[in-house]
Amino acid sequence: MRKKGINYAKYGYYFSIPFVLAYLIFSLYPTIYTVIIGFTDLRGLGRTTFTFLDDPFENFKLILANDTFKKSVVNTAVIWIMNFIPQILLALLLTAWFTNRRFKVKGQGIFKVLIYMPNIITAATIAILFNSLFGYPKGPVNDLLMTLGILDAPANFHMQEWTSKGVVAFIQFWMWYGNSMIVLIAGVLGISPTLFEAAEVDGATPTQIFFKITLPRLKTILLYVLITSMVGGLQMYDIPKLYLWGGPDNATLTASVFIHNQAFSGSYLYNRAAAASMLMFLIIVVLSIAMFYLMRDRGEQKLRKQERARVRVLKREASV
Amino acid sequence: MKSLKTSTNITKTIIYVVCIFLSILSIFPFWLMFVNATRSTYQIQQNSVALFPSTFLFSNWKILNGKSFNAAVGFMNSMLVSSGATLCAVYFSSLTAYALVAYTWKLRQPFFSFILAIMMIPAQVTGIGFYQMMYKIGWVNSLWPLILPSIAAPAMVFFMRQYLMATLSLDIVNSARIDGAGEFYTFNRIILPIMKPAMATQAIFTFVTNWNNLFIPMIILTRREKYTMPIMVSLLRGDIYKTEYGSVYLGLALTVLPLFVVYFLLSKYIIAGVALGALKE
Repeated sequence: MRKKGINYAKYGYYFSIPFVLAYLIFSLYPTIYTVIIGFTDLRGLGRTTFTFLDDPFENFKLILANDTFKKSVVNTAVIWIMNFIPQILLALLLTAWFTNRRFKVKGQGIFKVLIYMPNIITAATIAILFNSLFGYPKGPVNDLLMTLGILDAPANFHMQEWTSKGVVAFIQFWMWYGNSMIVLIAGVLGISPTLFEAAEVDGATPTQIFFKITLPRLKTILLYVLITSMVGGLQMYDIPKLYLWGGPDNATLTASVFIHNQAFSGSYLYNRAAAASMLMFLIIVVLSIAMFYLMRDRGEQKLRKQERARVRVLKREASV
Repeated sequence: MKSLKTSTNITKTIIYVVCIFLSILSIFPFWLMFVNATRSTYQIQQNSVALFPSTFLFSNWKILNGKSFNAAVGFMNSMLVSSGATLCAVYFSSLTAYALVAYTWKLRQPFFSFILAIMMIPAQVTGIGFYQMMYKIGWVNSLWPLILPSIAAPAMVFFMRQYLMATLSLDIVNSARIDGAGEFYTFNRIILPIMKPAMATQAIFTFVTNWNNLFIPMIILTRREKYTMPIMVSLLRGDIYKTEYGSVYLGLALTVLPLFVVYFLLSKYIIAGVALGALKE
């Protein structure tokens, strides 16, 4: 048997060749190329030749000093937070409801299908659809709000900083809370049912069960949702780009839209855009590593604390 | 005991009200879109909220197609890109996963760690280098740069590996060897059929992700006859459609229609797939 395994080992390499080749050509090479471009004078439509700059970090310095870039980074963070907090809270609430054995919510299948639906629809389409929905002076949202008596006069959502940011954040929230909910529900279903049964026998309320059993055990899944949402949020492009082209007055300009505008419009500053890309790349790497260790260490600390407490109890019992 | 029951019932009522509200919130924007696609610009300006369709579908279609938007071209290109990318991703990810599970080789563990490490890195942040490279080799305005990179799909390899670890018994592989089957033949004829359920789930997500992709196609494709659906859609934000409300809604509806059909046919598998953590975008 063992000999056979050794004989066949070469197929492990053969079958990995297409993946490795495609990765080297279409991912690794462009990554290195982007890094290199960040240190050069490559700009202008159709140019492919470049020379390295005398001050290798010039592009990075210029980008970091660029007020529009700073604004775009702040916008990305603000819009992401405005979308993520309500998203995770609503997803957790729905998870608590759908997995509660006392409520036995009927029609869960249909609710899940409908709530998840916006997630698979083309973001580009949704951005333009919402642009029409929030139209001024006539648009479905204005019409509805005026019919309901909430507004006296139509509001120009597209011209104000916070309403336009709010709409972009709302679209992200609306597209993603269903996804988070389904992932969280799957996480709850993975928790051993005997834990819930024991808690119920002990007379715990649904609220107690949710905060003392469900939530602590969902930590890994919550981390997964947080990290994927952060990495996705940093790349936010389709919605802010097509909803208002990053306006008004750069209020919805995200880092990705900024990078795209730098490289593919105006004076085609590929080098500046590449430098900005690399900064974003670094943020993504640092954020996910930091988050990973933070959560892991916390989990370990807690384990150690529990262990110490148990030892103490055992000692006490032994001394008695 | 009685009060507990009453409070449970009140909570249940709140739950249903909230869930029905959220469901309406999901559908209503699309409902308005489909209805307004059949209404004239004048009707929409009079009242933009209508629950029932009107009769201007055909005239909206004529206005829509009389300008830059070409749904047929966008549909064809998106179809080519999404199908091509899905086939590449599903087949080669399965092959790579099989290499990781079925064979014992020296670099197996490092290779797997490497796949885990690159799983989170988005293609978007290296778009500038990707564009420059494609420009150099003359692949700007070609669909290949949107299809071939899918051969290396780390997240899918990871998923396929987990699936194979759970389902593949090496006895099957060994008996195929005894029958004289070659390794590649065994993979294509015996292993791939075993992986069908996992492949189906992954295929749906890859297809939808590629169909919806905007960033990379937007930098690679500049000629209108190569546009994919999302870029075609972005034309509807242009000035030439500024006052043609009905046609804009129709254009949007056309891009969403295929996705709706796919979603409502396959929603059961899609929801199950999300629960498996399959959607790693």
